[in-house]
Amino acid sequence: MKFISNSSVKDVMLKEIGLNNIKDLFFDIPQKIRIKDLNLPDGLSQQETEKKLRYIACKNKSFHDITSFLGGGIKPHYIPPFVKSIISRSEFYTSYTPYQSEASQGFLQAMFEYQSIIAELTGMDIANCSLYDGVTALGEAALMCTRINRKKTFVIPENISSDKKSVLKNYTRGAEIEIKEAPYDIKTGKIDLDQLKKNVDENTAGVYIENPNFFGIFEDDIDKISKIVKGAGSLFVVGIDPVSLGIIKSPGEYSADIVIGEGRALGNPMSYGGCSLGIFACKKEFLRQTPGRIIGLTKDSDGKRAFCMALQTREQHIRRGKATSNICTNEGLCALAAVSYLSWLGGGGLEKLSKINFENGQKLAKKIESIKGFEKMFSGVHFNEFVIKCKNDAKMINKKLLQRGIQGGSVIDSWYPKLKNCILFGVTEMHSDADIEKLVSALKEVSNV
Amino acid sequence: MYRSAVYDKSLLNEIAPPKKGKIKSIDSIPTSLQRKENINIPGLDETQLVRHFHHLSQMNYGVDTGIYPLGSCTMKYNPKICEEIASWDNFACTHPYQDISTVQGNLEIMFELERMLCEITGMDYFTLQPAAGAQGEFLGMLLTRAYHKFKNNNERNEVILPDTAHGTNPASVTMAGYKLIEIPSTKDGTVDLDMLEKALSDKTACFMLTNPNTLGVFESEIIEISKMVHNAGALLYYDGANINAIMGKAKPGDMGFDIVHLNLHKTFATPHGGGGPGSGPVGVNIKLEKFLPVPRIAKKEGKYLFDYDAPESIGKIKGFYGNFSVLLKAYIYILMMGRDGLKEASEIAVLNSNYLKKKILKSGKYEMPYKELRKHEFVISCEKLKQEKEIRAMDVAKRLLDHGLHPPTIYFPLIVKEALMIEPTETESKEDLDKFIDALIKIADEDPKIVKNAPNNTPVKRVDEVSASKNPILTWNMI
Repeated sequence: MKFISNSSVKDVMLKEIGLNNIKDLFFDIPQKIRIKDLNLPDGLSQQETEKKLRYIACKNKSFHDITSFLGGGIKPHYIPPFVKSIISRSEFYTSYTPYQSEASQGFLQAMFEYQSIIAELTGMDIANCSLYDGVTALGEAALMCTRINRKKTFVIPENISSDKKSVLKNYTRGAEIEIKEAPYDIKTGKIDLDQLKKNVDENTAGVYIENPNFFGIFEDDIDKISKIVKGAGSLFVVGIDPVSLGIIKSPGEYSADIVIGEGRALGNPMSYGGCSLGIFACKKEFLRQTPGRIIGLTKDSDGKRAFCMALQTREQHIRRGKATSNICTNEGLCALAAVSYLSWLGGGGLEKLSKINFENGQKLAKKIESIKGFEKMFSGVHFNEFVIKCKNDAKMINKKLLQRGIQGGSVIDSWYPKLKNCILFGVTEMHSDADIEKLVSALKEVSNV
Repeated sequence: MYRSAVYDKSLLNEIAPPKKGKIKSIDSIPTSLQRKENINIPGLDETQLVRHFHHLSQMNYGVDTGIYPLGSCTMKYNPKICEEIASWDNFACTHPYQDISTVQGNLEIMFELERMLCEITGMDYFTLQPAAGAQGEFLGMLLTRAYHKFKNNNERNEVILPDTAHGTNPASVTMAGYKLIEIPSTKDGTVDLDMLEKALSDKTACFMLTNPNTLGVFESEIIEISKMVHNAGALLYYDGANINAIMGKAKPGDMGFDIVHLNLHKTFATPHGGGGPGSGPVGVNIKLEKFLPVPRIAKKEGKYLFDYDAPESIGKIKGFYGNFSVLLKAYIYILMMGRDGLKEASEIAVLNSNYLKKKILKSGKYEMPYKELRKHEFVISCEKLKQEKEIRAMDVAKRLLDHGLHPPTIYFPLIVKEALMIEPTETESKEDLDKFIDALIKIADEDPKIVKNAPNNTPVKRVDEVSASKNPILTWNMI
């Protein structure tokens, strides 16, 4: 039988331990609940399986089949093939949590390097070696703020993804944290500072902003925001798109306390939204309140440099009900992809990548804006995503684009009712000038229909 | 004799020290945000980089290296075909917000996987959203909360657990805001029905149980337990970490469980990835369906779609639809194994475990408290070795590394002194099991000095974990 080594010797093994039948191993299951068989089909051979999956795969269209301009927290990025080669080393991907340090030095060092690079990227002192995704990282950050300062409200911008809002609500339900939303400025698309001020007070555990925000716009009033947050004695939590950090400041430079983000863009495929990589970094003083696994540098009994899991007393396998989080399995392999990708790019490469993303964002927005029936919704400067308001029905426009082999941006009025017929477009280094032209000329056609 | 590859590995920043330097800022970016200096991350050329990580991989032990019998982790072989297919563009390069007509294949896989998991567990509905087992547990607690709230039972704020529970159970319970009640096990290592009866009240929201439990013992009184829990008005939660023991033999749904989580990275052979990604789908019976996360995957007139119309839903627990590539790999695994394959996987997993157990105990070097018959895992104690030779479970584990064998889980569950928790899985051959047995017996007979100084054949010798926490150095800037 497939992947089962001892099928042919099971009788020998049974005999050696004094049993006659496999059934003897299962007599402790009460008769009443024993079943004979599962109602599943016969197994397929590897060849048959591959054929079946090819057939199913044909029902999908990949980024390479349709020119796609989607964003909303996930965008296509180039993955140099060596990344796959590294994460396909099976000593890495078939291992688990490095409970036995001496047999896990490779993965441990790679995670230490990941933490070091994430700390540099975010401008924080320390980072953990991953959470599930950027969305749950926000939930963990809110819980951590409350653990640190015992305050019970958490302020977020109105314009974060609906997934984030929902997950945050679920993560903070148990700790009874009240979530307050600070509206965005309908002109600029940035957070409304007066509204933010109104929402933040001495009971505010933490304030979250995203840079760039969900509309793709840079929150550039960072000094004022930081002043509001710190003035109330709250913690400042910043969400990042790592791709943008080659050209804009790290949150550490504008006094963030905790930095979170989605790190999938760093060498990991979109894979329909999963797998993902939750980035989590913070100031050193909060170390003991951090959720998730952290790798530390130490020595072996010969005094040689070695790595191991550090501060395990925060974690569930030691602290149980009093752990800082319930997380155990994380996204280690995605973090490995991220550290190999980033250390190939280097600081200079990341700057170039950021620039291309920014420039493509500007280029596409300008071209769409120049078409009759489309205008930019917000005046704030954007990165590689932006919101376009359509004169005509946005859903219909997308439908017509699809007929022309193009996947348009996301129609966002179901998330933001004020933004009727608005589309969030995303563009990256993956889009050539020809791709951009294809969208622009298609939009010209459909706007006339 | 086993010898691991050893490299004196420099860190990335030592190989290629990052070059600091001013960068030309972009005028159209608001001045307050313009970056002035390069980010301090090293840039290696591809050859250096690939060699660096290649060397690191050679200093790491995985299932492809050898037996990896971590109890409750189900470290089985990960079929290569699953990795290959998951990397195809038509899966890997799809965006979660694509028009539904362009991702019918993805939805078909998720829809079918939900049906398969329902059949395996006997539950009515599944969600594939949770990213790991612990997140599945947390979702289970949120569903419990939503259920009692819907029934206006807001005073139910306690969750009961046996003392053998996985560490994530209590952590998930408190994270969801519940009060934790832990009950001691019987001398058989099973749920103490009297203690359970005493703990149950009109404050009980849920009883969480792993079956077989972390000792590897099947909770034979499960039907009685289910009656007691439900009579008290509480829900019964199944931690599916150990379901590799009973596929095709019994279903949690038939045992009376209301909520079940599975770990696709354990039972369904998707790789553990050095810590993740995993996937922790959650199944429920009909009374909890309406609280499941959105979107649900539906099929109408031959087309798959997402259904967000669920007013009682708890909302979302993770971004998008879960760790899709892991779901895909598990789907492929189940297709290949089929009805008979999954059943035989459980049979041989239990056979391998009992074979190991019997032969190790026969040596008389180790003891096994609690009940005799075990399922896919068992827990032995090194207490005798500690008393006689001052050899502790930790020492045995480290000495196993010198034999090129990955040690079992140690010091868990907490009710066994000097515990070695061993789960071989069905993918280990008899030869490899015999090697493991021989090594454990040999270690018990060795000079304690050698055992206490182990390991010697690994890339580093015994690692000082205490100072790693006392004086934490967590980035290269902190060195």
